[in-house]
Amino acid sequence: MDLLSTYIIHQADNVLILGHRNSEWTGHGPILEQDIALSNIALDLVGQARNFYQLAAAHLNELTPAEPVTEDDLAYLRDANEFRNFILVEQVNGDWAKTILRQFYFSTYQFLLYNRLLQSNIPEIAAISEKSLKETRYHVKWSSEWVIRLGDGTEESHARMLEAIHNLNPWISELFLPADFEYEAESSGAGVLPEIIKDEWYYRVNKLFETATLPKITSEKKPMQILSGKKGVHSEHLGLLLAEMQFLQRAYPGSNW
Amino acid sequence: MNKEEIISILSEVKDPEIPVLSISDLGILRDVEVEGEKINIRISPTYSGCPAMEIIQEDIRTVLGKHGFENIEIKQVLSPAWTSDWMTDEGKIKLRSYGIAAPAIHGCILNGDDQPESCPLCNSKNIEMISRFGSTSCKALYRCLDCREPFDYFKCH
Repeated sequence: MDLLSTYIIHQADNVLILGHRNSEWTGHGPILEQDIALSNIALDLVGQARNFYQLAAAHLNELTPAEPVTEDDLAYLRDANEFRNFILVEQVNGDWAKTILRQFYFSTYQFLLYNRLLQSNIPEIAAISEKSLKETRYHVKWSSEWVIRLGDGTEESHARMLEAIHNLNPWISELFLPADFEYEAESSGAGVLPEIIKDEWYYRVNKLFETATLPKITSEKKPMQILSGKKGVHSEHLGLLLAEMQFLQRAYPGSNW
Repeated sequence: MNKEEIISILSEVKDPEIPVLSISDLGILRDVEVEGEKINIRISPTYSGCPAMEIIQEDIRTVLGKHGFENIEIKQVLSPAWTSDWMTDEGKIKLRSYGIAAPAIHGCILNGDDQPESCPLCNSKNIEMISRFGSTSCKALYRCLDCREPFDYFKCH
């Protein structure tokens, strides 16, 4: 697959997989209003994924019109090693603290990245970013409020936040380590290298952590990467997630509502 | 057939969740272009994941089909992004009489702090938010502390 399509698919995969993880909370939320809130967020993310997959499909079909693909083919018929999402978003949900912290980390990243992508020389990337940012702003606000509520909450909620921070820590460095398709995107003007938002990301996270009485996090001097979601080398969780998400389409190809 | 005729017919296409509002009231219908025998329609999706958009596209075809128009192309236009600012004043009045508080009259500043003006049922300003997320992507849930009824608020977007 060409590098531009891979760049678009990386964006799509991130929001699809995170949207899917969030949807696993539907019907299981701690209280009704939060069940609804996270389900709404999941819906926003899946909608954003659709926009990116449609763009990727259109681009791929221009390059290889003899083998047309649709957004559904991309979402439901690729195997784990073809997915390009961050390891962070495929992690199992765990408790509420881990879920909202994951959302806060990702939404802050998404907010900063998409603000840069408004300048993409691919009009559709800029358009999808503009549209998605309106929703992402709410996601940042919602998850930030929960970080404060739990961080500066009870002894138990504070302990769970510390556990969540520890749990998600290994998956942060990947956000800012560039892959080949990001180098290509930056040089062509389609996108940016993620390291340009790294300092701002850490600043915003730590500023909120201070309000939430949580300890600061720092970036690794020399991050070690064994896994790389961006290169299709995923944790054990993605296979299981896809087995559930893709089951219907693979068992009954071409089925629809 | 002319553009005005088509736009008038399309006022029959309503939001499936809020059936008092047409796609014109919502600012979803952006443009109609008659190209010989073909009708080109441009719509602007509201929220990225809004499931009503699929139904609205089907309804556009159904409604135009009833009036004898089959040669239709519908295109979703992502930019400029849909904003609740595009909702017409008439739409906001219809929304309120349906029992949903309308988005702020003046331009939306997207900080998530926008509030409804008053309870759409009893007009009291003594209201509080239950949740910023409601039954659909576009709505938040509020309650009135005077008449004690809950109500939906169509958020600034």
